[in-house]
Amino acid sequence: MDVFIDKDNREMKIEFTGDVKGLLEKLKINPETVIVVRDDELLTDDVVLKNNDKIKVLSVISGG
Amino acid sequence: MKCGLCEKNAVFGNPAYCKEHFCGYIEKKVLGTIEKYNLIEKGQKVAVAASGGKDSLSVLYILNKYGYGVTALAIDEGISGYRDRTLATLKKICGAHKIKLRIVSFKGKFSKSLDEILFTNRERPCTVCGVFRRYLLNLHARDYDVLATGHNMDDEAQVTLMNLIKNNLSAMQRMGPSAGVVSSEKFTRRVKPLYFCTEKEIMTYAFINKLTADFNECPNVSRAFRLRVRDMLNEIEQEVPGAKKNLIEWSLKSKTGMKTGEEGLRECRACGELSSADVCMACRYMEKISV
Repeated sequence: MDVFIDKDNREMKIEFTGDVKGLLEKLKINPETVIVVRDDELLTDDVVLKNNDKIKVLSVISGG
Repeated sequence: MKCGLCEKNAVFGNPAYCKEHFCGYIEKKVLGTIEKYNLIEKGQKVAVAASGGKDSLSVLYILNKYGYGVTALAIDEGISGYRDRTLATLKKICGAHKIKLRIVSFKGKFSKSLDEILFTNRERPCTVCGVFRRYLLNLHARDYDVLATGHNMDDEAQVTLMNLIKNNLSAMQRMGPSAGVVSSEKFTRRVKPLYFCTEKEIMTYAFINKLTADFNECPNVSRAFRLRVRDMLNEIEQEVPGAKKNLIEWSLKSKTGMKTGEEGLRECRACGELSSADVCMACRYMEKISV
């Protein structure tokens, strides 16, 4: 799975199957601080992801 | 997860709504806040303090959508690689939605950009920036009836907790959806239409309505204590859902009518703007850093 984390401008490849909640746990990211997007669609915590998904994790926090 | 109101997929979990119902939920909440706290009347001239970030863009977008006469008022501090990018987003959105845009700059008023000020002075960036930004906002907001800002529930919950930790009850009195000095012609009333919207809700709304830019953080950001409070609150919210809302509701209840710290306000001897001392902070900084 390709994961892009905008806050760190970091792109990574990880092995993962499970839901959005599980992905954020694996990445140690508090769900309160991000929205998760696949193919320009917003995903809720219970959406099950596939290992070939391209996921964006976008920070909700303002830039100062 | 399905939307609680229709058969479409939800885009937000709590409350569970699809795109359309989520946008309706946010807009209803914002318009409800405006009405409940008498923030803005139809026909008033409204300036929105606009940075080009998701919060101020959402305020602009919603007020414009519902027929309020808004102008985006932006301060260009002159922070290269940051403000130029957020202003580009702001110009694009204002152009697309036919919203008036007014940009005033540090360079224009103080003859130096923030980058230039910091290059030759060892001031703390956020302090000098905050003083000059507020000065320019006060000055230019005077042409409007109301100045709307993009402060959201997270911002307000963080400040509430910081005021508590610092035992700053007078600062608490100045909080709320409508805030600031109310008794002077030199001060335009501040209102916060997003007061009851969380940061995550606003980001979701901004994403749906294409009001977001690439993540872009000010290179000078150094609010160490504020950041710790923010992270702590986000962790607490996970364990105690509703904690942020409880905090801001508590802060509203704690407004007891005690002194707000505005009682000693007077006109600055140098520039005539409102000040808590004989000479205002902006004039003292201008003197100190020879702008």
